[in-house]
Amino acid sequence: MSTQSLPQSIEALVERCDRIIEEPGFAPAVAWKQAAPNRAAIGCFPVYTPTEVFYASGVLPVGLAGGGNRMEIAHADSRFQSFICSIIKSTLEQGMTGLLDDLDGVVFHSICDPARNLASVYTRNFPETPVEYIHFPQNFEAEEAPRYLRDEYERVATFAGELSGRPMTTEDLRAAIRIYNRVRETIRRLYALRRDSPHLLRTRELYPLVRVGHLIPPEEHAELLADALQAAATREGRERDRIRVVLTGSFCEQPPLDLIAAIEDAGCYLVDDDFLIGRRWFNGNVPENTSDPLLSLAEDYLNASLPSPVKHDMRISPSELLVERARSHRADAVIVLCAKFCEPSLFAYPIYRKALQVAGIPHLFLEFEEKMWMFDRIKSEIETFVESLLFD
Amino acid sequence: MTETHYQGKLHHLQKELMSEYYAALTASANGSGVPAAYLLIGGNPVELLRAFDILPVFPEVNALQLAVRKQSLPFIQSAEFMGYSSDNCAYVKADIGMYFGGRQTPFATIPEPSLLLCNYVGCNVYLDWFGHLAEFTGQSAFQLDIPFIRSASGKPSKEDIEYVLRQLHHLIGRCEEITGRKLDEEKLREAVRLSSLTGDLWAKIKHLTKRTPAPYDAYFDSVTMMAPLYCLRGTPQGLEFFETAYAELLAKAEAGIGPLEKERFRYVIEGPPPWPHLRAFRDMFSRWDAVAVASTYSTVGGLWEFGFTHDPDHPLESIARHLLEWNLTNRNFLQRYEQIERYLEEWNANALIIHSVKSCRLFSAGQGDMREYFTKRGVPTLLVESDLEDPRYFSEAQMRNRIDAFFESIAHRPIREGVTA
Ligand code: SF4
Ligand code: SF4
Repeated sequence: MSTQSLPQSIEALVERCDRIIEEPGFAPAVAWKQAAPNRAAIGCFPVYTPTEVFYASGVLPVGLAGGGNRMEIAHADSRFQSFICSIIKSTLEQGMTGLLDDLDGVVFHSICDPARNLASVYTRNFPETPVEYIHFPQNFEAEEAPRYLRDEYERVATFAGELSGRPMTTEDLRAAIRIYNRVRETIRRLYALRRDSPHLLRTRELYPLVRVGHLIPPEEHAELLADALQAAATREGRERDRIRVVLTGSFCEQPPLDLIAAIEDAGCYLVDDDFLIGRRWFNGNVPENTSDPLLSLAEDYLNASLPSPVKHDMRISPSELLVERARSHRADAVIVLCAKFCEPSLFAYPIYRKALQVAGIPHLFLEFEEKMWMFDRIKSEIETFVESLLFD
Repeated sequence: MTETHYQGKLHHLQKELMSEYYAALTASANGSGVPAAYLLIGGNPVELLRAFDILPVFPEVNALQLAVRKQSLPFIQSAEFMGYSSDNCAYVKADIGMYFGGRQTPFATIPEPSLLLCNYVGCNVYLDWFGHLAEFTGQSAFQLDIPFIRSASGKPSKEDIEYVLRQLHHLIGRCEEITGRKLDEEKLREAVRLSSLTGDLWAKIKHLTKRTPAPYDAYFDSVTMMAPLYCLRGTPQGLEFFETAYAELLAKAEAGIGPLEKERFRYVIEGPPPWPHLRAFRDMFSRWDAVAVASTYSTVGGLWEFGFTHDPDHPLESIARHLLEWNLTNRNFLQRYEQIERYLEEWNANALIIHSVKSCRLFSAGQGDMREYFTKRGVPTLLVESDLEDPRYFSEAQMRNRIDAFFESIAHRPIREGVTA
């Protein structure tokens, strides 16, 4: 940070992020809360959270990203059946074992049926914890959708203001939009750099740089990302004989860090992905100085947010979008990496498959679980796939 | 063991009316000129379609008909061959398989849709399903977005109602384009009036199982009445069916006749039925003289028994309220706990059976928590797992053993007058 005169290396920055991510609990959020009065922190279940609305109300939106592969599920699996994805159970388990105690509330959204029911189960099991639920509109064509979502955000702002004891003002919201714009803009630039020069920034590096934003305040994240951008851009390296891959399907439950590394080590440059898409969220900046910033945020969700299988925008075909993404990223192949039992991502697959076949883009379908810790099988499957393309 | 027979007069009427309905679908598929709209069961706004003489097609009803006739597996497998996962809702897979199988079923040829009406009432799979149909048919789907119940009061907000009403106006516009004629308000009022009378009768039928013995099984027999409730609601035939059904079931209640020779256990059941094995499943309960007095599944399309009725004087508002508030699918999971609690108390039941189906996470995700909740409140509760569409997930011997063990264990408890906390 500013006290350091020497530019930091990517390795050092990534190591710092890895440490924060892997540490259980929410120490940065606790420190942030203690630094000033009228502050709170809320756990945000994926995918899309209106982070600005929370932050502007004095509530740090902490991203819930599951239990990873170090957590044992001992209680939550009696509540959710074996055919439910892991992040549902690990999030409940975190609550049941006190790991979310430093957070002052939790927010869920209308992404899938298990997440929706989890909001209820959470409410019942933790009567002291405020639980919010956001219904995102699914009719993207309706002219009343932006107004509806704006009102929904206003309701959320009231909820958030009650958590922190500080009602949001329009100016607060404008400031929050500005800071998150900075974060997202830098992430977009890092993504562009990786697309153009994947040998300068591995995904195993980019991913923690983005993911740490789940845990630290956005100002700090913006600085860290700026440092990373500078370090990556001035890095030296040489392109290797690898295939360029667009990865899709992991927008909610997150694969272990080692799995991301294994995919790369198997011979892939990941040139685009949908990891943590709800944090990157917008294609461009949200307008900063509008008279009704809540409405601007709502309009941007409807018109400028990045796609995922939990957003059903009927104006664009998801399969065409994927093919277009593969082409614009000059990808040799697509890997569809779905969380096991994740119904939305599994539903997307047949549609993708057909379109990719028609477009002549090779693809590989894989499933993962956040709790997996052996990667040999999946790695050799990818290696075989890569070889079949390289030596075709 | 003697086989139990469950056929009655209303079953025959149901068969007759449903085959007329399916004949109309086939005729539409063969070019009768009557447009068809696909829509979903959850809080369905069928009255609006009836007002335009658009034929409602419920892919969920088609899928379950396939399953009941043990015809679903080849369609499921052909969808899986296309890349659908074994973990996806099998209703969707059966429907997509059937769609690509030329829309031929043993009961009808399903017409191509003139309108894909995705009434997004709670179930997120609806969005995927109709999104896929949109891709495959090259049509755009109309997404009727219904905000989920998320307030502590369990009620939709003023904004929610306003939002749905506005969308209903757009939907009317779309129907006008399809049919080439303006909405006839009188016709809409008439469809809503018929629907309201039908809903009132259905509610009365539901309340009949408060009596001992229950005059019919509120799970296995209710499902017979559900197809007419959706496919024919808002028509004179639909009303006629429910008048007949009510008269017949009331007469049984008055005469003290139930579906079983004697009634020993009264249970509430949560979750959809295992359609491919319905008979086998039913017999597992009847051999214990156990009758379902209430079921949550029979409220996916509407929750009339708790006081809802369509209002012909405010047709669109009442359609909006039905979509938002008065059906199981758009209510949150804890509201379902309350619903079950009411059944246990007011319908005087002494056990809860949770049938957890893999396909339908709307129903099943979190049912372990539900079991824990009711068990802690002293309600004997059993959770069994299978599926509503895929015949491969039903393990008959294991299921029977679990159900036997459950009734065995509660047989020694006295039957209580209701269940207290
Ligand atoms: S991983 Fe998929 S199924 Fe699980 S909560 Fe996320 S979106 Fe829902
Ligand atoms: S998930 Fe359940 S409610 Fe949704 S389409 Fe499947 S069976 Fe119907």
